[in-house]
Amino acid sequence: MGVNAKVEEKTKASTKMNGSQMLIEALKRENVEVIFGYPGGAVLNIYDSLYDSGIFHVLTRHEQGGIHAAEGYARISGKPGVVIATSGPGATNIVTGLADAMIDSIPLVVFTGQVASSVIGSDAFQEADVLGITMPITKHSYQVREVKDLPKIIKEAFYIATSGRPGPVLIDIPKDMTANEAVFDYDQEIQLPGYQPTIHPNHLQIRKLVEAVSQAKKPVILAGAGVIHAKAANELREYVEQQNIPLAHTLLGLGGFPADHPLYLGMAGMHGTYSANMALHECDLLISIGARFDDRVTGNLEHFAPNAIVAHIDIDPAEIGKNVPTKIPVVGDAKEVLKALVHQDGKPGDSREWREKLAGWKEEYPLVYKPSEDELKPQKLIELIYKYTDGEAIVTTDVGQHQMWAAQYYQFTKPNRWVTSGGLGTMGFGLPSSIGAQLAERSSTVVAILGDGGFQMTSQELSVIHELNLPIKIIILNNKALGMVRQWQQLFYKERYSHSLIPNQPDFMKLADAYGIKGLRATNEQEAEQVLKEAIEYAGPVLMDFNVTPFENVYPMVATGKGHHEMVGVKL
Amino acid sequence: MKRIITLLVNNRAGVLNRITGLLTKRHYNIESITVGHSETEGLSRMTFVIHLDEETVVEQITKQLNKQIDVIKVVDITNQAIVARELALIKVASSPSNRNEIYSLIDPFRASIIDVSKESLVIQVTGESEKVEALINLLKPYGIKEVARTGTTAFTRGNQKTASNPKNISIV
Repeated sequence: MGVNAKVEEKTKASTKMNGSQMLIEALKRENVEVIFGYPGGAVLNIYDSLYDSGIFHVLTRHEQGGIHAAEGYARISGKPGVVIATSGPGATNIVTGLADAMIDSIPLVVFTGQVASSVIGSDAFQEADVLGITMPITKHSYQVREVKDLPKIIKEAFYIATSGRPGPVLIDIPKDMTANEAVFDYDQEIQLPGYQPTIHPNHLQIRKLVEAVSQAKKPVILAGAGVIHAKAANELREYVEQQNIPLAHTLLGLGGFPADHPLYLGMAGMHGTYSANMALHECDLLISIGARFDDRVTGNLEHFAPNAIVAHIDIDPAEIGKNVPTKIPVVGDAKEVLKALVHQDGKPGDSREWREKLAGWKEEYPLVYKPSEDELKPQKLIELIYKYTDGEAIVTTDVGQHQMWAAQYYQFTKPNRWVTSGGLGTMGFGLPSSIGAQLAERSSTVVAILGDGGFQMTSQELSVIHELNLPIKIIILNNKALGMVRQWQQLFYKERYSHSLIPNQPDFMKLADAYGIKGLRATNEQEAEQVLKEAIEYAGPVLMDFNVTPFENVYPMVATGKGHHEMVGVKL
Repeated sequence: MKRIITLLVNNRAGVLNRITGLLTKRHYNIESITVGHSETEGLSRMTFVIHLDEETVVEQITKQLNKQIDVIKVVDITNQAIVARELALIKVASSPSNRNEIYSLIDPFRASIIDVSKESLVIQVTGESEKVEALINLLKPYGIKEVARTGTTAFTRGNQKTASNPKNISIV
């Protein structure tokens, strides 16, 4: 055999791989730096290939923790989060995370094992119809039928997850597909005729919007997470300042525009500020950018922005006109649209009176709470966290009262500092997502603000935090209750606290100790300051248990079915 | 309001599931679906007939369908000049004594008898849903034993300019 023939044969053999090797190779091509996962029977081949692959893998202690960690990672890094779970229960454990990522547009590529092709449909051990279960909660999904398709599928999955409106893509891999061999070709061009996201806006619509702004006396911008996904914070600021338009954020949009800016009105919605909500109610032009008019933002749609011309900028055309009739639809990437708007350099209408009115409201009706001498107020605690982290921390949360207080009182001035479960409202999201956030930015301070309820849904991930020695500052706002449920029962169910009070919480200090994590507790403001100071200075992870005022409510509030103008709890 | 929506989709496992799931999730009632190969290899054509209360919902449906990666094209053809057809098989109770009567009854519908037994006839009819409906109603008095309908399949006519009256129902 000649030398050339030998070389040729070697190259040929080296490009043929089994499915597991292909998967690892594809992840390397996609520059994946971390995988969150949990092994099991159907993914044993994949884990074997992973063993000496050099790719960093985080073994979370539950698949749900894995997928939430991947979400946190994606939120902060802007890169897709990668998850591996085994078939059956492994896959069903990630369902909550998929739904969460879907509704909040978080890019994920999720691999699930599946029983071998030969036994699919026979109710085999650890078999579940994962494709069927997850179809409505994924942006797209695949089941690998032939191993030669795997590289193409993975390449498409990464493209779909991260382009257009981001979202989770699932790849279900039967076990035999991880062992079968085929030629690995990752250089094929992606061809998806059914998927062509519109990035650049229509010029005519841009002109219409410029014209509307020039006519408007009371314009307002509602900016959502789309601004952050599009990495358009700078363009947003430039546009706002050029046109002098006051701005409110949605919950997920926080940080897209600096909270200390004079044109910033605060968060809008159910627990938004008076100035933000009243601006939406009284405006004559509402420009929504990368927000989807969630019911928690709009309140009763019949009373929403009654006098406004609505302009809606969104990369997903299906969001435009879905909830709110829209006069000026602009489909496109927020960054491109804002660039185009700035470039137009239109002359804004005379909105001076309006801006003065809003500034007056902002001053007259700030967020307020009743201070206390002996109790630790949850709002005060968030202010202290803000103070001791210099407002620079990455904040992750669960869902409920603590989440709303964090959103209200932690003043985000930069994008990608805020990780929360908005659309789905997933309790148990905060702790695992903080792991992903910390791995995305090793040198940043990460604070997980949690409720005592949500914390216990995924507290097993403390084990990962200890193992990797991630210096996450875990803060439990302990009110011995499912606070938001309790608040609604107080306000709307005649104080019938049905299963919302948990007087016998475990000793969280002992729990911290069991996991080898430093534990600190505070019951009043003075102790809280000391605890926070100590925790921030400490190099490793700290679990803090703050006993806050138990029956505190989140205000202001737009009750369900009410309009923004009917908000309550604006003044003490 | 009845809407006819046609889709061109990738002929892949699970696509029908994806689309019906989407419609179910958003509470849209499907009256009928037909699916089959299209003129292009690897692509299937689907025709949906959907009942809607509001016109605005149609836009939302087509947008949501368009978001599916396996959906290549979505068109609401309700207000266009279209050809829409449905096939129905109707098994009617019949004895030798009334067979001729049924023969003459179905003749104007250009329906045909495709099976005859001692106690029944199987009639095949093709046309727009209204025509199929009309024939079934006419046959009811004889005793309908079974009906199988394919649901509407449709596409736009070659010439849209003559579409001044899109609702020109022909009996054939």
